[in-house]
Amino acid sequence: MEDEKLRKKVFQLLVDNTSGVLSRISGLFSRRGYNIESITAGLTADPRFTRITIVASGDDEILDQIEKQVGKLVDVRDIKELAPEASVYRELALIKVRTDSEQRQGVISIVDIFRAKIIDVASDSLIVELTGDQAKIDAFISLLEGGYEILELARTGIAGLGRGTENVTYL
Amino acid sequence: MIGADAIVRCLEEEGVEYVFGYPGVAICPFYNSILNSPIQTILIRTEQNAAHAASGLTRVSGKPGVCAVTSGPGATNVITGIATAFADSIPLVCITGQVNSELIGSDVFQEADITGAVESFVKYSYLVKDVEDIPRIFKEAFHIANTGRKGPVLIDVPIDIQNKELKKFAYPESVSMRTYKPTVKGNMVQIKKVAAELAGAKRPIICAGGGVLLSGGEKGLLAFAEKHEIPVVSTMMGIGAMPTKHPLYFGMVGNNGKFYANRAMNESDLLIMVGARVADRAVSQPDLITNNKVLIHIDVDPAEIGKNVGPEIPLVGDARHIFEDLLAQEFQCQHRQWLETLNEYRRTMVEKRNPNPAYVDPAGFITRLSEKMEADGVYVADVGQNQIWSCGYHIVREGRFLTSGGMGTMGYSIPAAMGAKLADKSRQVVAVCGDGSFQMSMMELATMRQHGIPVKIVVLKNNYLGMVREFQHYNYKDNYSVVDLSGSPDLEKLSSAYDMKFLRLENMDRLEEVLDEFLKEDERVLLECIIDPMDLVR
Repeated sequence: MEDEKLRKKVFQLLVDNTSGVLSRISGLFSRRGYNIESITAGLTADPRFTRITIVASGDDEILDQIEKQVGKLVDVRDIKELAPEASVYRELALIKVRTDSEQRQGVISIVDIFRAKIIDVASDSLIVELTGDQAKIDAFISLLEGGYEILELARTGIAGLGRGTENVTYL
Repeated sequence: MIGADAIVRCLEEEGVEYVFGYPGVAICPFYNSILNSPIQTILIRTEQNAAHAASGLTRVSGKPGVCAVTSGPGATNVITGIATAFADSIPLVCITGQVNSELIGSDVFQEADITGAVESFVKYSYLVKDVEDIPRIFKEAFHIANTGRKGPVLIDVPIDIQNKELKKFAYPESVSMRTYKPTVKGNMVQIKKVAAELAGAKRPIICAGGGVLLSGGEKGLLAFAEKHEIPVVSTMMGIGAMPTKHPLYFGMVGNNGKFYANRAMNESDLLIMVGARVADRAVSQPDLITNNKVLIHIDVDPAEIGKNVGPEIPLVGDARHIFEDLLAQEFQCQHRQWLETLNEYRRTMVEKRNPNPAYVDPAGFITRLSEKMEADGVYVADVGQNQIWSCGYHIVREGRFLTSGGMGTMGYSIPAAMGAKLADKSRQVVAVCGDGSFQMSMMELATMRQHGIPVKIVVLKNNYLGMVREFQHYNYKDNYSVVDLSGSPDLEKLSSAYDMKFLRLENMDRLEEVLDEFLKEDERVLLECIIDPMDLVR
């Protein structure tokens, strides 16, 4: 029953690029018992700032508290929700699939349908690179799992930006 | 000029008069540089108390208190003091020495990752990596500590950085932080809404928290409450925001508060929570303060609004600015009947105590002590039964009431009283503790003696950890476990060992005489009051 109230929310943060800023943010999530689904971070065009995309889950009250508590951190310049209808999200996944010579062609055809890329080939495996929103990556993985053995999987978690120029924070 | 000199210069620029601390190798460059400064150093006897003393100083002076300790155990010992300040939003600047920069992370002697360890108890922390950053970091640290939702800031300075030559020292005139801009002034639309709600309210009440005192909003609160005859209650941290005997003040709320204060809050139709967290001790049932009433929550920290209860009208800003703006609003209140009801509650809902005449009655004692203290005296309550009695019976006139509210740290009163005394030597400062909390800080009797800090100490002695004993009385059928304090020192001999005046009160017979003796001189004095070991706060 509790789970029905849980929602996911994507937050975009602009933070000062200080040492320890990531641990300050992740520490806040763990000590207040907030759920973090994924977190990605990277420098912006201005190297003084880091852009962080956090996917968090919780009920409305918790999501509201997350926004306020994170926003209060001294290093955080800005936090806003990336609402699905007004934003783009992308995630990168690297997937190593066991393939003998007979299976290889089958994997390649799935890769083509999803516009993924094969970036490494060995005699008994392939590494596939796929970019997309989480639903696309989930679908791709479940399709592969149907007929093939996934040996290793690395997902980055999503990065996101709002569409258009309306909500841009100018540095 | 080396880094350590620069740190001392920064403290001078900030007007710091005292540094509380304890040296060790990693902070020695700083303690060497400070010898050339008018800033006075106070050698505290354990690091936790350095933060408590700084907290007491802060709360009387309004300026962030400073402590400076060494790396490793010095730094970890100060954490409880920092956490205590953090829980009550008291601004501090804590300087810790750190091992050589190049050795950080290699677990050398007296190395502790203090910025990591203290992360959840500070408003912000710095690890200084470049000696040239010292002026900027200190300017920012004082600014962060003492603005917005106030709190402790820690600066960890490796010994090599303290010893490194600084090219040029220029203390910044102002702070420019891209990421930190707290809101202290309230939104006018929301303020007008508050005025409109008040004009229509039949049973309005203000609940004042520690934020009123932290922002310097007491005068505004008093003026606003008087202008519209709005009754006021307070949380524990809000005690002293209104004079205790003011006709509009109805006491402390919460599970240890006055019955009539809680009843007043629960029966109101408009509740203004200001500078209070709506935390469990003040509001044990959050639905009681939202049912059938409009809740207005005013706080400088937007994250506190809606954290424990969802208010109808959120208003972000500090109490001082908000009351200034509210005072400028013109409206008429109409709640005559309500005040009469509350006065009736106050008259009739008197807590009955049956003091044992063989002992000192803590309630009667505290009342008389506070009446006899100087009007602007500072009363520092410790933690335990003594705290609840102090909250219930101390009378604030123009003075201050200090205690550790959020964290409830035993041993707070004596070091905090020392800091309060140093902040304003003209004021009388009394620390009231139990025999448990006294023994957590009694090493500071030496600090008081060494530095000539005339704090007056009351020990309410019952030979028990009374608050826990009371809990075991109610919840464990009097199966007392680890609460017996026998083995405690003879306080008369102890006072004599520290060259301190000693008084004892065994029952209420000689109360007036002993209190006169206790309060007459500005001197170090310890008053032992023998209270009934079986006495209860409830």
